[in-house]
Amino acid sequence: MSSVAAELAPTPTRRLRFAGVEYEVLPTETVLDALLRHGLDVPYSCRKGVCQSCMMRATDGAVPAMAQHGLKDTLRDHGCFLSCLCRPKDDLDLVAPDDELAFVRATVARVERMSPAVARVRLTPAEPFEYHAGQFVSLRRSDGLIRSYSLASVPRLDDHLEIHVKRLSCGEMSSWVFDRLQPGETVDLAGPNGTGYYLPGRPDQPLLLIGNGTGLAPLIGIAHDALAEGHSGPIDLYHGTRHGEGLYLHRDLTELAERHDNFRYHPCLSGPARMKGCRPGRAEEMAFADHAALDGHRVFLCGYPPMVEAAKKAAYLAGARLDDIHADPFELRELRRVPRD
Amino acid sequence: MSGSLYERIGGEPAVDAAVDLFYRKVLSDPSISHFFDTTDMDAQRNKQKAFLTMVFGGPNAYDGKDLRAAHAGLVSRGLNETHFGAVAGHLQATLQELGVAEDLTAEVMGIAASTQDDVLNR
Repeated sequence: MSSVAAELAPTPTRRLRFAGVEYEVLPTETVLDALLRHGLDVPYSCRKGVCQSCMMRATDGAVPAMAQHGLKDTLRDHGCFLSCLCRPKDDLDLVAPDDELAFVRATVARVERMSPAVARVRLTPAEPFEYHAGQFVSLRRSDGLIRSYSLASVPRLDDHLEIHVKRLSCGEMSSWVFDRLQPGETVDLAGPNGTGYYLPGRPDQPLLLIGNGTGLAPLIGIAHDALAEGHSGPIDLYHGTRHGEGLYLHRDLTELAERHDNFRYHPCLSGPARMKGCRPGRAEEMAFADHAALDGHRVFLCGYPPMVEAAKKAAYLAGARLDDIHADPFELRELRRVPRD
Repeated sequence: MSGSLYERIGGEPAVDAAVDLFYRKVLSDPSISHFFDTTDMDAQRNKQKAFLTMVFGGPNAYDGKDLRAAHAGLVSRGLNETHFGAVAGHLQATLQELGVAEDLTAEVMGIAASTQDDVLNR
């Protein structure tokens, strides 16, 4: 059976045992679907096997290999799996994953306001933290609140991990980062996750990077990484915001473009204000107007989910292969953890 | 030549090459694109891959009942033989673009045609 066909094939009804209670998994359901249908308050976010926030551990029963896709070896060995991808073939006994397996302690090195709505946070992990520029981490506060942030840093260039936090009007984590977080405090990090990063081996491939708001963070990491790797093909980065102050790395990116002939920075303003050197309109519209044919391109998208989904389709129809379009799905929703005694 | 149609046509790599071309043609055709429009392109691509695996004679878990269930919602939105014919046309164009031999193309198109009643829930 091909993997896709296997994935689509229904499985018979199975049982889960979690926290001493048995739950039925319908043939069409994943473990996560079943737990949510029974009203359990379990953490999850993307439901696509990317963010890993729905990870669980099986203490009895075998989980399908595809439910462990992308997990580190140590996590697999402990029976960890992603409940959103798991259509169980066996009855399973489940527990929440052990924190010490998934999380690494990190100390806040610096918090800077880059604009009224964006803070740059630099973190020092307590142990070596392997990642690719462009991946993302889940950041957990001491009370259990979790949010995912893309990494703007590059392993070979930066000593710290860097994330960009956008202040959201009702954002519990972002308000805390803006108003309270101080250097020296600690948070926990899980990850890294995500498959949108620079792959060496095709140095002349054109790269198209499109982001809005703090969706810029992973794109900067990818651009720096590609340039450090000696990428020779064109790298076009489109950053869109509504107001000029949202172009929070305008000077850095302008300088980067001056230093590298093959890197071009395209700031775009979708609001009414105009600024010298900035394109009027949305980043994705400008990008696709400039790049009508995307055959052979590698495309990275990050930001507001409806923009990302629309741009993904537009890039595909313009000729980019779906495997060459990278867009980690983020949904701006509350990520709550089950309270633990 | 020996081997199943799926083996002769090139197996999973051939399906992967075809999916990208085929799904782009379908999405670019305004007469049918609304049936395939979705916010989850990866899920949609996986469905196209399962369909192409089947018409390439590959191992799959799809049968007539699944095809009926999968398309019932589309039929109620007006999916008919004109749309089916358009999709088949894009499949044929994809195979030509990939340089698939005529006899293999004919076999694939034969399997595709055999699914019409199930797809249209007749």
